[in-house]
Amino acid sequence: MNLTNLLKIALQALNGNKFRGFLTMLGIIIGVAAVITMLAIGQGSKKSIQEQIATMGSNMINIRPGGEQFGGVRRSAGEMQTLKLEDFEAIEKEAPYISAASPEVSSSGQVIFGANNSPTSIYGVSPSYLDIRKYKVAQGEVFSDEDVRSSAKVCVIGQTVVDNLFTNNEDPVGQTIRFNKIPFKVIGVLESKGDNTMGMDQDDIILAPYSTIQKRILAITYIHSMAVSASSEDATEDAIAGIQTILRRQHKIGPNAEDDFNVRSQKELISMMSSTTDMMTVLLACIAGISLFVGGIGIMNIMYVSVTERTREIGLRMSIGAKGFDILMQFLIEAILLSVTGGIIGVILGIGSAFIVKNILAWPIDIEFYTVILSFLVCTITGIFFGWYPAKKAADLDPIEALRYE
Amino acid sequence: MRKEIIRIEDLKRDFVVGEETVHALRGVSFSICEGEFVTIMGTSGSGKSTLLNLIGCLDTPTQGEYYLDGISVKTMNKNQRATLRNRKIGFIFQSYNLLPKTTAVDNVQLPLMYNSDVSAKERRQRSIRALQLVGLGDRLQHKSNQMSGGQQQRVAIARALVNEPVIILADEATGNLDTRTSFEILTLLQRLNTEEGRTIIFVTHNPELAEYSSRNIVIRDGRIKSDTYNPSVRSAKETLDKLPKQD
Ligand SMILES: Nc1ncnc2c1ncn2[C@@H]1O[C@H](COP(=O)(O)OP(=O)(O)OP(=O)(O)O)[C@@H](O)[C@H]1O
Ligand SMILES: [Mg+2]
Repeated sequence: MNLTNLLKIALQALNGNKFRGFLTMLGIIIGVAAVITMLAIGQGSKKSIQEQIATMGSNMINIRPGGEQFGGVRRSAGEMQTLKLEDFEAIEKEAPYISAASPEVSSSGQVIFGANNSPTSIYGVSPSYLDIRKYKVAQGEVFSDEDVRSSAKVCVIGQTVVDNLFTNNEDPVGQTIRFNKIPFKVIGVLESKGDNTMGMDQDDIILAPYSTIQKRILAITYIHSMAVSASSEDATEDAIAGIQTILRRQHKIGPNAEDDFNVRSQKELISMMSSTTDMMTVLLACIAGISLFVGGIGIMNIMYVSVTERTREIGLRMSIGAKGFDILMQFLIEAILLSVTGGIIGVILGIGSAFIVKNILAWPIDIEFYTVILSFLVCTITGIFFGWYPAKKAADLDPIEALRYE
Repeated sequence: MRKEIIRIEDLKRDFVVGEETVHALRGVSFSICEGEFVTIMGTSGSGKSTLLNLIGCLDTPTQGEYYLDGISVKTMNKNQRATLRNRKIGFIFQSYNLLPKTTAVDNVQLPLMYNSDVSAKERRQRSIRALQLVGLGDRLQHKSNQMSGGQQQRVAIARALVNEPVIILADEATGNLDTRTSFEILTLLQRLNTEEGRTIIFVTHNPELAEYSSRNIVIRDGRIKSDTYNPSVRSAKETLDKLPKQD
């Protein structure tokens, strides 16, 4: 017997019991839809974190003053004055596996141009900061090391600052803006980076030589923090170790004393966050997988009832020439049709609800093609797996006994 | 001499039930030629169904030889016997065994579904022809549950005919029907026998029906008690016409 005939027979049988067929599929539908939605949510949050790596620089290392913990309460980095410019210079000069380093001092305040003003943050950094944080100059140029030495009142501004201040389409480069009353000459505009996934606007920023911010705005000699770029992502751990050694030496910390600074790599932060979302994804996938399994058992259950109910039909089919294999295939195809149809509906429903989650809850969603294929395969295999035993039972019936079955 | 379709030699069938062995058939021999209409009779439990199941290749004998259309069935495996049933045998059952909620045409074409040599178009044509032959040409799309018992049995007969079998096997095919409908079915089978040349084996409890067949085999306790040819076959149609229209 050929496959089209078997398919016809299976379809005829399903057609006679549409509602039951639907109820059987329901388990698979819910299972597949759950798998797809859950994986879309899990993958979505993971991907948004990975995008963050890309915009922030995956080999970035942050150095902040203060140990890991201070009696349970972390003091804000601004209060601590333990990081000095000499520390930065030592790191820049001696630390292995680093490609760039920049001190960071920052202040927030009001920026004014003509009649426009807006609140923003100014960062005092060295020119290499742009490389470390993956900023690019769209227009004009970056301040030079000479500007740092001379504490020049020049700055590079982000796109949001441009939009807020230069409302008449003036060319920002060459204009003078005021930050907390101090005039700064705009010498460059940064390329837009957009929001990071935490919702922070990475374009609402002014970059200026750190020496200028230290002297003219904050009147301090220490630095708030440092940003360092490891020579490669794989070298971050070695770079961190080097930095720690240098800083302990600089700060004269004894062998048993705690660090008075902490060094964190972006990578570490990311992997910490990814592992949380990975765990969440696995958990969600497990729950969804269980519901798919329950759906499979539903199919097995109904197929069993169906085989028992149709024992005489099976006997008849055998008496008119159906082989055991034909009967096996008939019931197997029925089970597969149920699970595949359920799978298709589940995929549509799953993708639909993922988009609902995206649009209504505004969660990041990422539907990977392979998850769709995977859940589809799983439910076909479920159909074969759970359809096999009842189908085998049907195929092994003795035609005479089956015909006599009441 | 006419072609021999069935030859049975010393056929035995034992069933083992627990410790005991039931000898359902204790050695049966006969042959049936093309165009015969054989009735098989005997008391309940005498082994009629067992014999018919063996002839129909649904079962294998414990001992003895069986040739269907010149082929030895004994050596065949399950799948080969299934194919043999599909090509050479038509079954009619007491309880019709139609697929529920399925049209007459779909029911009739079922045996051809298991024969990949027959195309969908041919399948349909042959089913319609078979239904016309049993007088249901106007009921092609009726579902099995929308038909009377007699009509359902006609559909079952059409199904038994559709694969052009060498033999039609009927086990108490009129057992569930009233006298009049029984004679309608018998008339139909007689017509298929005489006009279409179909070979028929008809198992029945009703001793009267022997008169309507060309040969009568009586079985008792797993053995042939008598095997007689009937020189003057009665016409079932005439009996049917004499029956009161309404009872
Ligand atoms: N599968 C089986 N297992 C055990 N014994 C069986 C089996 N099938 C038939 N028998 C026995 O074989 C004997 C013949 O049974 P069979 O069904 O052939 O009788 P029958 O002549 O068709 O009777 P009836 O007229 O009541 O249908 C009986 O004694 C029955 O109990
Ligand atoms: Mg019987």
